[in-house]
Amino acid sequence: MRRFSFASLLSEALGGHQGWGRQWRAPDPKPSYDVVIIGGGGHGLATAYYLATVHGITNVAVLEKGWIGGGNTGRNTTIIRSNYLYDESAGIYEHALKLWEGLSQELNYNVMFSQRGVLMLAHNHHDDQSFKRHVYANRLNGIDNEWLSAEECKDFCPPLSISPDIRYPVLGGALQRRAGTARHDAVAWGYARGADARGVDIIQNCEVTGISRDASGKAIGVETTRGYIRAGRIGVVAAGNTSRVMAMADVRMPLESYPLQALVSEPVKPVFPCVVMSNAVHAYISQSDKGELVIGAGTDQYTSYSQQGGLHITTHTLDAICEIFPQFTRMRMLRSWGGIVDVTPDRSPIIGKTPVENLFVNCGWGTGGFKATPGSGHVFAHTLATGEPHKVNAPFTLDRFRTGRLIDEAAAAAVAH
Amino acid sequence: MLLIDCPFCGKRPEVEFRCGGEAHIARPANPFAVDDQAWGEHLFVRKNPRGLHAERWIHAHGCGRWFNAIRDTYTDRFVETYKAGERPSVDLSEARA
Amino acid sequence: MAQTYRLPTGGRIDRSKPIRFTFDGRTIEGFAGDTVASALLANGIHLTGRSFKYHRPRGILTHGSDEPSALLSVDRGPGRIDPNNRATVVEAREGLKAASQNRWPSLSFDVGAVNDLLSPVFVAGFYYKTFMWPRSFWDRVYEPVIRAAAGLGVAPQVPDADRYANRHAHCDVLVVGAGPAGLAAALAAAKTGKRVIVADEQPELGGSLLHETTTTIDGQSAEAWRAAAIAELDAQENVILLPRTTAFGYYNHNHIAMTERVTDHRADAPKTAPRERLWQVRAGEVVLATGAHERPLVFADNDRPGVMLAESVRVFVNRYGVLPGRKIVFATSAVSAYAAAADVKAAGVDVTLVDLRPEIECGAEVERLQALGVEVLTGHTVVGTKGRMRVEGLIVAPVTNGEIGARRVISCDCVGMSGGWTPAVHLFSQSRGKLAYDEGLDAFVPGASAQAERSAGAAKGLYDLMDCLASGFAAGAEAAGSTEVRTFSATPTPVGFKPVRALPTDANPAKVRAFVDFQNDVTAKDLKLAMREGFESIEHVKRYTTTGMATDQGKTSNMNALGIVSESLNRPLPSVGTTTFRPPYTPVTFGALVGPARDALFDPIRTTPIHDWAAEHGAKFENVALWRRAWFFPRPGEDQHAAVARECKAVRNGVGIFDASTLGKIEVVGPDAAEFMNRLYVNPWTKLGVGRCRYGLMLKEDGFILDDGVVARLADDRFHVTTTTGGAPRVLNHMEDYLQTEWPELNVFLTSTTEQWAVIAVQGPKAGETIQNLVSGIDLSNEAFPHMAVREGHICGTPCRLFRVSFTGDLGYEINVPSDYGRAVWEAVMEAGAPFGITPYGTETMHVLRAEKGYIIVGQETDGTVTPDDVGLAGMIAKAKPDFVGKRSLARPDLVASGRKQLVGLETADPGEVLDEGAQIVADPDQPIPMKMLGHVTSSYHSANCGRSIALALVEGGRALSGKTLHVTTPTGFTTVTVREPVFFDAEGGRINA
Repeated sequence: MRRFSFASLLSEALGGHQGWGRQWRAPDPKPSYDVVIIGGGGHGLATAYYLATVHGITNVAVLEKGWIGGGNTGRNTTIIRSNYLYDESAGIYEHALKLWEGLSQELNYNVMFSQRGVLMLAHNHHDDQSFKRHVYANRLNGIDNEWLSAEECKDFCPPLSISPDIRYPVLGGALQRRAGTARHDAVAWGYARGADARGVDIIQNCEVTGISRDASGKAIGVETTRGYIRAGRIGVVAAGNTSRVMAMADVRMPLESYPLQALVSEPVKPVFPCVVMSNAVHAYISQSDKGELVIGAGTDQYTSYSQQGGLHITTHTLDAICEIFPQFTRMRMLRSWGGIVDVTPDRSPIIGKTPVENLFVNCGWGTGGFKATPGSGHVFAHTLATGEPHKVNAPFTLDRFRTGRLIDEAAAAAVAH
Repeated sequence: MLLIDCPFCGKRPEVEFRCGGEAHIARPANPFAVDDQAWGEHLFVRKNPRGLHAERWIHAHGCGRWFNAIRDTYTDRFVETYKAGERPSVDLSEARA
Repeated sequence: MAQTYRLPTGGRIDRSKPIRFTFDGRTIEGFAGDTVASALLANGIHLTGRSFKYHRPRGILTHGSDEPSALLSVDRGPGRIDPNNRATVVEAREGLKAASQNRWPSLSFDVGAVNDLLSPVFVAGFYYKTFMWPRSFWDRVYEPVIRAAAGLGVAPQVPDADRYANRHAHCDVLVVGAGPAGLAAALAAAKTGKRVIVADEQPELGGSLLHETTTTIDGQSAEAWRAAAIAELDAQENVILLPRTTAFGYYNHNHIAMTERVTDHRADAPKTAPRERLWQVRAGEVVLATGAHERPLVFADNDRPGVMLAESVRVFVNRYGVLPGRKIVFATSAVSAYAAAADVKAAGVDVTLVDLRPEIECGAEVERLQALGVEVLTGHTVVGTKGRMRVEGLIVAPVTNGEIGARRVISCDCVGMSGGWTPAVHLFSQSRGKLAYDEGLDAFVPGASAQAERSAGAAKGLYDLMDCLASGFAAGAEAAGSTEVRTFSATPTPVGFKPVRALPTDANPAKVRAFVDFQNDVTAKDLKLAMREGFESIEHVKRYTTTGMATDQGKTSNMNALGIVSESLNRPLPSVGTTTFRPPYTPVTFGALVGPARDALFDPIRTTPIHDWAAEHGAKFENVALWRRAWFFPRPGEDQHAAVARECKAVRNGVGIFDASTLGKIEVVGPDAAEFMNRLYVNPWTKLGVGRCRYGLMLKEDGFILDDGVVARLADDRFHVTTTTGGAPRVLNHMEDYLQTEWPELNVFLTSTTEQWAVIAVQGPKAGETIQNLVSGIDLSNEAFPHMAVREGHICGTPCRLFRVSFTGDLGYEINVPSDYGRAVWEAVMEAGAPFGITPYGTETMHVLRAEKGYIIVGQETDGTVTPDDVGLAGMIAKAKPDFVGKRSLARPDLVASGRKQLVGLETADPGEVLDEGAQIVADPDQPIPMKMLGHVTSSYHSANCGRSIALALVEGGRALSGKTLHVTTPTGFTTVTVREPVFFDAEGGRINA
């Protein structure tokens, strides 16, 4: 792997950058791999990377039906935080956040992780209680998260309106300073480059069409548009398409796939210093390095694989944004798009074993998967390498939907009275 | 925004409706006759197909009636809508995986 | 400054209406009908801005909404300043202030231009390879510098002075684009009498007809035909014509979103007029007549101010009467540029045309142009330009059999380039129609439709005027269900071009900076670097290089980028793919999308019949769900704490009055009402007597608490159900869902009566005495009307449902009267209670009083993961019922496991210390992090009646911990608490019957 640095960039500049090679190869699939990962998004590529680097398993293929990072990895609003309420969630997101903090150096690829702080606004008494519950739980879990008054919110995020005359005045907020954003595409590319350099085959335009099982029911390989591939173990990391892939092995999943939309404004000079989220009015906003305001909308109410949602979802989000940032009504929406998010009944992921031997799944990240990418890949690699979950992903079983041991962050935060 | 053909009112914009998820999931007559696994599946497991999907809608800001629809989740096109208790005319087994 | 580049005659501008505006402080004169771009050009100004990355001088490339370079900040007065406006779209108007962007200190001397010198380093994706060391420098040094350099204009800083409107419309046929094809389509559709809407982004309808000065249609001039067509359409009531209206989004089921620009172009706009209007149209059929975009040529330094698209040069001359230069060179591989050259020559300008195609491919157009006195060089390539702030010459060289001959500099002050045309298939693609690659056109054209739409004219690759008119008419007729066919006669349009990618050059390709995406500064070299690094999917190339991601969303660059990638990979163009087109077609202001949806129109505010009384009496309010509820009633000089303490004591010592109208209310009626209630609630209902009430608890099917409330039986077949304030819609939905879809055999009707009843809670030992003289037809004695009973009768002569219920633990009544009488009855009760010191109280006091009694609030003590047993309400569950919603789930392993969190009371050692709600509870505060958390504080108040603080909490195995010491987080550390029963006041419960 050719090392990236300012020095290498300078030396290439002298030669017109003719010397850069491919960041990852474009190999044909081999007949057999120790591990086959279905899905070349951030989570799948990170899994391959950690299989190679942590577990020394390099006979690995990542199969991607389109282009790597083309699903939700390249379609999200890049918010990274770990201030979740429950120990289980806090555990996995903080595991991820710690990896984010050194990721550019680890991958030798600048993923532009920017710890700009994520400020979650409280608009009513219920938010106030709920956020303080989070703040205290986070403190005892060693995760930074602090309560700010409305005035402190305004100091931290000057464009914010804390007028008492808006529909839902800001009463305060919870701020995680270590949280922030990253450059989403770079995460996929950086992991791909790192995994490839260690021997992982990243195979694009290769759609899995079947999962083959032996007489005992064990998964033994995959049918693909580029031929049959034998596999020691199979990891399904297919996000919105997980239900379809798992159905190939006759496993039915507690998942539904919804359109999730986002949009960006035209680029402007720095105007927004952090990430602001408001659950009460459903708004997420930050500013990218390029200068675009990046705004996340909600899901549509129906399942869909169309990567397209309704305009009313977008306008409602902008209503909320302009309610708390009224000066932005003259900004313009430049581009909007949709992803397909796989949502579990408790909105927490499923990472681990399935009823089919040698078949493992990592799914159900819903609207918040990007932030978990390094942690998710790290623990899923452990699970695939050892056959058993890492302690961080042990609670995120498929079985919890039988026992009722749900990890329901949304229920804990979203009930009004 | 979808345009939905309420079997009672005709075509109306989606904002008048609420989607109730997968249709034709019968609540077990005696829930205690099914084990935890089957009950968990009843509660949570969904077909989530890419293709034809039988789903429930309620015309919440209209007649207030629940009804069912067959919609292609890849194109978002409705194939038909029909009243609760009725069966669809299309054969869902032909649905795309 | 005089308009030295304005032609003495011609153009569509109104020379009788001169206007003045400023550009970077300098006064510019123009005429009504000018865009800012045409007026700048009329004054000889090409340099309008600096590019995004390299800060290269940039000018006006196009004449329309595809403009990537000429982006200006526009100031129309206070609160009306916004960035990134395309000079080619902004209509010039009196008093407007335009300014260039992304330059410092000035447009002509920009320090940022140093980036251009560093361009060998700042190649595509360079930032992924560096800025990683030392790690802490990213947040503190590198990123702030990158951010400051990036971005284009400056975001608005103050609230918008304008307002925006929304409009919904239905039509049978929506025609997008009013060029020749769109107008023909509209004519055909309108004749059928169907409802037709025609939208076009330009100030005037007509599209290319607005600059066709020599063409004829059906024997008339193009302008005469255009005017007649518009007059015909305008005269028909079934037609709505919308100029200045951009259809930007094509959504599901023929839902099309458009923005109409209403006032930006008017210096005299009425104050009440909205700036823009969002149209959401549900169309039966759509005709897409959106035209085509011209492609720039990709050659070294093709970005110099003065280098424009060929057709744009023609538009400025013909439509605006402006000469973009005095000596203009056209460089083209497309026939259309010959028409531009001819028109420009006719305007008296020195013209040279360089055709990239060898002479034998150029056809008769060459001779025709030469006959006008234009020098035509065929078989030449362009290898560069001269000039920096303005093009001064075009460097060309002959190409023979791939060999590049001697260079020649053609001096000029403007270049018109054309690499051919790309149909504007954006809306078609958004509609999810399948694009098909047409090799002859070297473009993607509309293939199979996914919705009820059809394309016409240049949008489907038809460039001849006669074809456009015929295809438009056919599309319009078909869309309107008519079979009428009409043919048109029109001057033939010379069409055809040879696709070229990066132009052949004799220079070292590594040194050539030939721009593909002008705004994002992406060169052909960058695209090749991306491919060298393994980015082969067009989506990867786009994301790695940022080509096509600027504010023009690649209108001028996408096909050139695709072509270069296809050529470099040696793969057919369609196999490289095209990027997916996403809304919006052109940028849309947030304001238009938001419209009037601000404050109470953002979310409605619900108020009760007693709201105004509360406001008049100084209540502070809080938002609860959509409701605005009285929170507390401070007297002069009181803070919240003092007011609440006073209200709390008043209730327990005398009588208080509380507006409970927000409680959800549902009337459950029918022969099977009791059976329905049995299935929905955990409690038994069959034996509840008429006139009696019961506290009902409702679960979701997953076994967790959904809602609670008092339910009264008014008759065998009638229940008056109450819900929490926020839960009412959820509960009604839940009930309707089960009733209609699971148990349609039950004969039950559900009616929301929340808004029908005003509910006045009168609570406290003096409650009975307060209301006894107001009530008629109801015996209030304990024997006749015990706790948890309901009676119908009259109060103040008004029919009422009177509940003997208490959410305070004291004697209490809830008076339900029809809403319209709510305030009158409230005031009567206030008067009757005056001798007892009746005190109005708000939600805060209500919360404290119920917490003193350990009554839960759903959503505060519960959070969607709490079972009846967790909050000590297992006793409510009817043992005999075989089933109710949620019962099966209560038997799931984790819901019966030990160690679940249970509701307890907490007492601080210091009675004055009030715990934080949400505070976490641990057994050992000295344990290492991460700590084992046992639960959290759900409610916490100072209780004036108990003379100390009180708190409720959910604690793991809490009921067994009574008397034990635990530790609770505070903002600075921990405090000590003792676990106790969750009832703090009148544990025996005697007061309720007092």
